[in-house]
Amino acid sequence: MLLSLEQVTKSFDSVDGPVPVLRGVTLDVAAGETVALTGESGSGKSTLLHIAGGLETADGGSVRLDGQEVTTLNDTGRAALRRGTVGVIFQQFNLVPSLTVAANIAFQARLAGAYDAAHAEALTEALGLTSQRNKYPEALSGGQQQRVAIARCLAARPKLVLADEPTGNLDEDTAGEVLAQMRALVADTGAALMVVTHSQAVAAEMARRLHLRGGLLDASASGQTGSARAS
Amino acid sequence: MTRTVVSALLSHWMRNPLQLVTFVTGLALATALWSGVQAINAEARASYDAASATLGEGQFDQVVPREGTSIPLDRYVALRRAGWLVSPILEGRVGSVRLMGLDPLTAPGGLSPVTPGGETPFLEFLTPGVIYAHPDTARALPELALRVVPDPALAPGLALTDIGAAGRLLGRDDLSRLIVARSQPLSRPPLASVAPELRLEPARQTADVGELTESFHLNLTAFGLLSFAVGLFIVHSVIGLAFEQRRGVIRTLRTLGVPLPRLVALIALEMLTLAVLAGSIGIVLGYVIAAFLLPDVAATLRGLYGAELTGGLSIRPEWWLSGLGIAVLGTALASAGQLWKIARMPLLASARPRAWAMASRGGQWALAVAGLSLLALAAGISLVGAGLLAGFVSLGALLIGAALLLPPMLALCLAGLTARARGPVSQWALADTRQQLPGLSLALMALLLAIAANIGVSTMVGSFRLAFTSFLDQRLAPELYIAAETVSEAERIEAFLIVNARETLPLARAQTVIAGEPSQILGIRTGPTYRENWTFVASGPAPWDAVAAGSGSVINEQLATRTGLRVGDEITLEGETLTVSAIAADYGNPLGQAVIDERIFAAIWPDRPALQFGARTDDAPALRDALIAKTAIPASAVTDQSDLKAFSLAVFERTFSVTAALNVLTLAVAGFAMLMSLLTLSDLRTPQLAPVWALGLTRRQLGRIELARTVALAAMTAVLALPLGLALAWLLLTVVNVEAFGWRLPIHFFPGDYLRLGLYALAAATLAALWPAWRLRETPPSRLLKVFAHER
Amino acid sequence: MNGRICLCLIWALLALAPLPAGAQGFAGLGTDAEGFATPAPDPDFAFPQDHGPHPAYRIEWWYLTANLTGPDGTPYGIQWTLFRSALAPMEAEGWRSPQVWFGHAAATTPDAHYATERFARGGIGQAGVTAAPFHAWIDDWSMQGASLNTVSLTASGPDFAYELSLNAQGPLVFHGEDGFSVKSAQGQASYYYSQPFYEVSGTLTLPDGPVAVTGQAWLDREWSSQPLADTQAGWDWFSLSFDSGDKLMGFMLRDRDGGGYSSATWIAADGSTTAFPDGAFRADALAQSTVAGRSVPTTWRVTLPERGLDATVSALNPQAWMGLTIPYWEGPVQVAGSHTGVGYLEMTGYD
Repeated sequence: MLLSLEQVTKSFDSVDGPVPVLRGVTLDVAAGETVALTGESGSGKSTLLHIAGGLETADGGSVRLDGQEVTTLNDTGRAALRRGTVGVIFQQFNLVPSLTVAANIAFQARLAGAYDAAHAEALTEALGLTSQRNKYPEALSGGQQQRVAIARCLAARPKLVLADEPTGNLDEDTAGEVLAQMRALVADTGAALMVVTHSQAVAAEMARRLHLRGGLLDASASGQTGSARAS
Repeated sequence: MTRTVVSALLSHWMRNPLQLVTFVTGLALATALWSGVQAINAEARASYDAASATLGEGQFDQVVPREGTSIPLDRYVALRRAGWLVSPILEGRVGSVRLMGLDPLTAPGGLSPVTPGGETPFLEFLTPGVIYAHPDTARALPELALRVVPDPALAPGLALTDIGAAGRLLGRDDLSRLIVARSQPLSRPPLASVAPELRLEPARQTADVGELTESFHLNLTAFGLLSFAVGLFIVHSVIGLAFEQRRGVIRTLRTLGVPLPRLVALIALEMLTLAVLAGSIGIVLGYVIAAFLLPDVAATLRGLYGAELTGGLSIRPEWWLSGLGIAVLGTALASAGQLWKIARMPLLASARPRAWAMASRGGQWALAVAGLSLLALAAGISLVGAGLLAGFVSLGALLIGAALLLPPMLALCLAGLTARARGPVSQWALADTRQQLPGLSLALMALLLAIAANIGVSTMVGSFRLAFTSFLDQRLAPELYIAAETVSEAERIEAFLIVNARETLPLARAQTVIAGEPSQILGIRTGPTYRENWTFVASGPAPWDAVAAGSGSVINEQLATRTGLRVGDEITLEGETLTVSAIAADYGNPLGQAVIDERIFAAIWPDRPALQFGARTDDAPALRDALIAKTAIPASAVTDQSDLKAFSLAVFERTFSVTAALNVLTLAVAGFAMLMSLLTLSDLRTPQLAPVWALGLTRRQLGRIELARTVALAAMTAVLALPLGLALAWLLLTVVNVEAFGWRLPIHFFPGDYLRLGLYALAAATLAALWPAWRLRETPPSRLLKVFAHER
Repeated sequence: MNGRICLCLIWALLALAPLPAGAQGFAGLGTDAEGFATPAPDPDFAFPQDHGPHPAYRIEWWYLTANLTGPDGTPYGIQWTLFRSALAPMEAEGWRSPQVWFGHAAATTPDAHYATERFARGGIGQAGVTAAPFHAWIDDWSMQGASLNTVSLTASGPDFAYELSLNAQGPLVFHGEDGFSVKSAQGQASYYYSQPFYEVSGTLTLPDGPVAVTGQAWLDREWSSQPLADTQAGWDWFSLSFDSGDKLMGFMLRDRDGGGYSSATWIAADGSTTAFPDGAFRADALAQSTVAGRSVPTTWRVTLPERGLDATVSALNPQAWMGLTIPYWEGPVQVAGSHTGVGYLEMTGYD
């Protein structure tokens, strides 16, 4: 199993004391699988994604990624995980503003020591970014920025791609295009894909759909398999 | 509505107290630096003026008794009635206090605390009498029948009163000495025919000490100017940050329908209020700084005059007003630009402060062009312009030009480094640094000016010190100077010295015209003192041998500059032709001067025997006593030069201690400006750092990079400051100093000092960057992740 | 000489005495002459004693002006004044003396004006006056002779000097009521007499060298303790010697409110005098000059209808400003109109 969450809990501090966000989530994602994670605002779906990607730490439970227990890793270990195993695509501000498109695409791969120029070139071309290579992110449209983020993510050949509302800031047509390109390219690399979204259209594109409610996975959620555990 | 707007504006500060603190502290420190330097400067000048006013008789010729210490009153009246405009002085001690009585009716300007020009105490001063004394001295005075007026402008240990009152207090009806007014009637009989028992003592020869004092002040003035520039940059930077931070609030208020003029007026008012508050704090701080540094300044001047000076500090309008001025005017200037931007800001402009991160490359070019133009202007003025003002304008253009040129230069350096960088992290760090440059540039400019100022002033002071040390060694080498009045007295003195002194140095003087320039000729006995101590600006082979042979002459720099004479050229003295064998620096004398051997001097001017003598000895007091006892010359004819020399040399050592303290201070303030910029930037930079973190860098790494980046920028700035500092020193020494004093000092370089200053600057930058870096390291991931979420 | 009283008092008040609160402007008078003697009518002068000092009075002076001519006809003027100002109505030996002396000397040519001053303490011999033989001195300046009728006069400054011999060709003349000269409607007064009949010859040394000069001089003697009313702002004082041999002393005291008080003495060639009361003599400014940064009237119309006088008085050198511790204007003048002649003009209060 690529990703395996066991009774994960997380709460955030507020003025009224700790507010629980995840109350014990158990979830498995297999290699190459595509999963949609839906839920109301504040249901904890982004937090779940962040914990899976080593961006946040869980308060309790166990997170195993590619056979490695993530909850016991220190800052450095989690950073290595973010570089190598996971690729993240956010809703906005994915790009390093001081680097060009080409440098952004190469950045994560080079950090991970897995830079393959031909692969990066292929991704750039596939996403239609060749003419934008030497531009800075501020000069790109929202859709182009998200495409660069996809290219950058995949250039590092992650095993798990996490996307948090990747098309949330885009208009409907562009969103459809970007989503399609992402799905196709992720499928090409054989990575698993987990998408946090509130869009039913996006969720429908994924093989499995999970719904988060009140910090717990909703067993009655729609999808091929209603259960949190695929197997 | 006004109240609502004000509370909205203020609420920003409430929520970000740190920004308010940095804003106020930044302004206060800029003011403190300026007003501190001004305070020291004003106080030093005031002390200097008080000293010269109190001890000012030294600047006048005096009539003193040949023997003893008393002049009968009727000799004074006889001299006055013969047309000699002299004024009587009676001195004595009352307890531990030196009591000086003078006649306010005849005292030359500046000596008397009261004048017949107007003020009420004049009547009381004459009868029954009033005593003026420094407050400390006033307390030390024994109980006297007269009213004591405390006057902080007087030197401690001295009490001034009317000569009649002094006579009654001291029980004397005679006089100690007479001061000769500068302006005298058309003709008057010689002193010897009116009062043969008195002798005329020329004004104390203080030329070299006076020049030292003035250069000390020039040094402080230059520092004041530079600290003003540094202060302006810091104010500008602080104001810029304060506006950037509040773009959101301002946009929201505009959107809500607050009229633009009212918003602008309220912000202007708010800024000025804060400026006055911060400026006042700064003045108090400056006062503290000055009080801390002042003992050294007082010590310096004490050494200079050999008299105790007041070490107290009083708040003087000139420096606290100018301190408030820099805060308020600097704020007004900087705010005006920012308010103009607000007035032109589209209503729906992004609330995100992007200006920092996204400075256009066109802006860099504009800066570079403006900077280069100013540098060209500075060069042009320094080459073509004349006068002290031109010197200072050139100085200003150089400083501002260099400051404007700094960001493009740093961008160029970074571009070069980026091209060489290999790893993704270093490439990113360099690219990021380049993008951050506009946000840091004002702080870096302030740092540049601070370092350059310190390099420049260190170079100037050091060069002064070296030049004067060798000059004093050269000119004050003989331990004793003896002035004879008659040829027979001179013969007795010389006979005695030849037996008793290590070396006897007769000095004959004559006036003549050399190459059209009125000059003084010195006839000397060429000997080891001259050979060992004199250093030359330029010289031929064995210059003293040529002088001793009667064929050569050493001329001073003034004469060489004015006539264009060079080593090897010929000069004609009353028909005798000599060769210029060397040119010597001469810092204490406005006249042209030529030194020749006494034998050729006697051949040209047989009627001008040597009447002055220098004596080399290991025991000056003993030789002095023996000389007076054996040759029966008046004690006042013998001067011990060793004290004067020691005082003069001590001046620059003390100047250095003040300079060093100011070094640290300027750099500390520049460092603070950097801290403020970094703190503000750190809030704005989260969107730039979050993706890098998300892509696999740890927060610790980011913190380290942040620190390294700041230190690297500071290091580059320090390297660029070196040529600027040296240019500054060159301007101060060869333009400003020449205009101020009429001579050019050779520049010496002090690499050790520059290295030390560079390290100070790096230390200041490191300290400034430590906290922001630590804060970055401790940023919770949730804050970084917020960047990627919806803008709700 | 009324103006001269003012000058001296102003000096005395500004320099030596505490100004009473609310004291008025230039004259600043109104203080009572506490402890000092005050002039009384019907004076009984005793000469030569009265040529000497009167320490019981606050102020006193020996004030000489001369209109001179060089060998080429160039007109010159000189001034020699010795003032005495008392801090207390007494004399004492040595530095304790409360008497303060000061001297003003000036030389005026058509295009230059030189002025200088001296200060001295009384009691030590640096300055003083003896009546017989007559000797008035301060430092190296002196006016000295067997009697007041024949004196030699010297003074020197950084840029000028003079040595002159003076011979009186007529008697002393007394102003006001036999030498009791009233200065205001309130009754302030001084003792005032003159010797206006000196013939002069000697040497005037200027920066360009010595000049032999001849001409006529006028000596004023005056002493008092409190001569002016506190409403008086300044004065314009004239001493004119007409070619007819007659002379006129006249002054206008300017009131702060625009009014004035005038007084004049007509001196016939034989020395007989006629005193004229307030209003008989008039002086009206005709033209102003800018002198030392201020506007000063240097051309006047003077009238005394009782004697048919209606003449224009103009300054030989409008720049005759005495830029001394107390500044004022004093210089030689030329007279044209119903009468012709020369004289001196003094003006104060033009600040």
